[in-house]
Amino acid sequence: MPDLGRAALATSFLLLVYASVAGTFAAWHGRRRLAESAQNALIAAFGSTTVAVVVLLSALARHDFSFTYVAQHTSRELPLGYTLTAFWGGQEGSLLLWLFVLCGYSVAAVLTARRAGREVLVWVVPVLGLVGTFFALLLVFVASPFATQVAPADGAGLNPSLQNPYMAIHPPMLYLGYVGLTVPFAFAMGALLARRTDERWIVATRRWTLAAWAFLGVGQLLGAHWAYVEIGWGGYYAWDPVENAALMPWLAATAYLHSVMIQEKRGMLKVWNVLLVVLAFCLSLFGTFLTRSGIIQSIHSFTQSSIGPWFLGFICFVTAGSLALVLLRLPLLRSKTRLESLVSREATFLYNNLLLVALALTILWGVVYPILSEAVTGEPSTVSKPYYNFFLHSFGLPLLLLMGIGPLVAWRRASLRALGRTFLWPTAAAVLAGVALLAAGAGSSRVGVIAYTFSVFVLASIVLEFARGTSARKALGSVGWGGAFTSLVARNRRRYGGYVVHASVVLLAIGIAGSSAYQTVREARLHPGGAMTVAGNRLVFRGFEARTVANHREIRANVDVYRDGNYLGRYRPGKNQYFAEDQVSNEVSIRHDLLTGGDLFLIADQVNANGSIDLKALQKPLVNLIWLAGLVFVGGSLIALWPDAREERRLAERYEGVAVRA
Amino acid sequence: VSAALLIGAVVAIASVVLVAVPFLREPVAADDRLLHPDAAQRRRLARAEERDRALDALKELEFDHRTGKVSDDDYRAQIGPLRQRAAAALREADG
Repeated sequence: MPDLGRAALATSFLLLVYASVAGTFAAWHGRRRLAESAQNALIAAFGSTTVAVVVLLSALARHDFSFTYVAQHTSRELPLGYTLTAFWGGQEGSLLLWLFVLCGYSVAAVLTARRAGREVLVWVVPVLGLVGTFFALLLVFVASPFATQVAPADGAGLNPSLQNPYMAIHPPMLYLGYVGLTVPFAFAMGALLARRTDERWIVATRRWTLAAWAFLGVGQLLGAHWAYVEIGWGGYYAWDPVENAALMPWLAATAYLHSVMIQEKRGMLKVWNVLLVVLAFCLSLFGTFLTRSGIIQSIHSFTQSSIGPWFLGFICFVTAGSLALVLLRLPLLRSKTRLESLVSREATFLYNNLLLVALALTILWGVVYPILSEAVTGEPSTVSKPYYNFFLHSFGLPLLLLMGIGPLVAWRRASLRALGRTFLWPTAAAVLAGVALLAAGAGSSRVGVIAYTFSVFVLASIVLEFARGTSARKALGSVGWGGAFTSLVARNRRRYGGYVVHASVVLLAIGIAGSSAYQTVREARLHPGGAMTVAGNRLVFRGFEARTVANHREIRANVDVYRDGNYLGRYRPGKNQYFAEDQVSNEVSIRHDLLTGGDLFLIADQVNANGSIDLKALQKPLVNLIWLAGLVFVGGSLIALWPDAREERRLAERYEGVAVRA
Repeated sequence: VSAALLIGAVVAIASVVLVAVPFLREPVAADDRLLHPDAAQRRRLARAEERDRALDALKELEFDHRTGKVSDDDYRAQIGPLRQRAAAALREADG
C-alpha cells in the first residue's frame, strides 16, 4: 500500500507539472486543445491525490505501523476517531491535506468560474498548477507520508492536546481557509497575465474568497474554543505565532472583501485589491510555513527542518513574482475615478483597510522579529502580549468604531446635516451605555468601557440600518414589514450578510473585553473539605477520584459549587496521564451560566501526593458571547454567500455579449 | 499482481487518458486557436460594466436618500449628474 500512495503522489506531481508547463505554453501561444488538456491534468491530479488520501486513511485505520507516519502519530489504544484525525496531526499529513484541498478547490473553481473569461482561465490553470506542484514536490521528495519502516509493536501515540473532538473540525476548517485563498490569488494573477483587468476575475472569485475567509474565521474561533476547553490555562488566545499565522491572512482577506466593493462600485483601487489578494495568499503560505517549518521553536530547528528552506524559497518566489507582475501591469490598473470626499462610504472602507493591513503587518512584525533577532544575535527573544495588546487596542478599537460609522455614511459624499441625522441615535445609545457602565463601576478598565461604548454604537447603527432599510422597502410597496425585511436582505445579501457579520464581531469584542478586562482569578491550596471563594461562588473541594480508560488514567477533583447558599453542582477538574505518549494533560471543568454569558473556569493546577489540590478558579464574564459570535458569523457568512438569482441574471446579461468559443 | 499495483496502474492510465482527451476527441483540429474577445468585445464589456456601475450608483443614491443618509439638498445636487452619466452609459452600452 505505501507504494500505491507514493505512486499516486508521483502521478499528482507529474500532472501538476504538466498543468503548469503545458498550461503556460497553451496560454502564451493560444493553443485551445493544450489548454483543455492542462485543465484536465488538474482534474486528474485531484483524482490521484484522492487515492493518496485514501491510502493514508486506510493505513491509519488499520494501525499499519510499517508507515512511519502512522507509527509516529497514533497508537493501538487511540480511539478510532482520533486515529483518523491524526491524518492532519503531523507535518506530512498536513501537507497532503493542503494538496488535496488545493486540488479540490482548483477543479471546482476552474469548472465553475467560467465567468472570469476563457482568456483569464487559461492562465489560472498554470498558476494553480504551479502552487500544487510545490506541495506535491514536498510530498514526493522531501516529506513523504508514505515513508516505511520495520513495524514496531505499537505507535508513539497522538499528542494529548490533539485528542479532542475539535481536532476533527478545526484543522480542516483552517486549511479550507488557507488553501481557499489560492483561488482569488490564481485568478488575480491570471487576469494580470491575460492583461484583463476588468471586474470579471473578481466576479468569478467572489464566493470563493468569501468562503475561504469564512472558513478561516470559523477555524480560528474553533481553535480558540479548543484552546479554552483543552489547553487548560484559562484563556482562548495567547498571541501564539501559530494562532497569529491564521489571523494575519484573515485580516488581509477582510480588508480585500471591503475594498473590492469600491472597485465594483467605483472602478477604483485596482492595484490595492490585487496587492491585498497577493498579501492574503502570501500570508497563508507564511502561516503554513510558520506552523510546519519549526522556525517558531528556534532558527536552528528551521535550518534542520526538511521543508523550511523550501517554503521560504517558494514564498520569496511567489512574492517577488506577483509583485513584478503587478508592476508590469500598472498602466492597465490605473483608475479613472477618484475619491470624491473623505467623508463617504468609500473613505470609511479605505480607513478600515488601512487599519486592517496595519494590524496584520504589526502582528507579522511581532512574529518575525524574534526569528530575525535570533538569526542576527544568536540569542532567542520573544514578543510578549503587551506588544500585541497595544496594537490591538490602537487599531482594533478604531476598527470597531468604523464598523458603526461606515453603514451610516452615504456613498460618494455625505453632508454634515445628513451625518448629524443618521448618527444621532447610535451616538445617543453609545453615550448612555458609556455613562451607565461608568456608573456601574466598569471604569476599572478604560479599554473595556471604550470597547463596550463602541460596541453599543455599532449595534445601534446596524439595527438602525435594518430598520430604515425595511421601512424604505415597505414604502416601495413590499407587503407588510416581514415581506419588506425579507426583500431588503434578499436584494443585497452581501451588504446585510456583512452587517450580521459585523454584529458577530461586536459580540466577539464584548466577549473578549468582558472575559479579559473584568475577569476574576483566585488560587488556593485546598485539602478535602477546604473551600475558597471567587466572584461570589463558594468552591468546596471534596477529594479526588481516579479511573483508567483505554489509553489514559484520569484523576478528577470533586469540587462542589455554591452561590448565595444554593448548591449549583459538582465540577470535576483534573488531569489525564497518557500511557503511550507518556504525557500529562490538564482537564478543566467549566460551569457555563447561560443567563449572564459568563463561565466559572476551574483548573487543577497541581494534584498533590498528600491529597490536597492547588486549585485555580477564574470567573470570566460574558466569555460565551465569543462562541455565540461564531454562530452569528456563520449565519452572516451564509447570507452573504447565498446565491442571488437577480444578481446572477444581471451578470449573465452583462457578459453575454463577450462570450467566445471555449 | 498486487491490488496496489493494479490500482496504481489504473490511476496512471486514467490520468493519461483524461489529459489526452482533447487530442483524442479532435486528433486534427480544424481550428486550434484560443479565441479571445476582440477589441470590440472588450469595449462592449467595459461599457456594460460602466453601465451597471452607473445604474448601481443611481440606485444607491435613491436608497441612501430614502434611508436619510443623503439630505434633500445633496440628493438634488447629485441626482442630475448621475442620471446623465447613467443615460450616457446606457446609450454607449446599447450602441
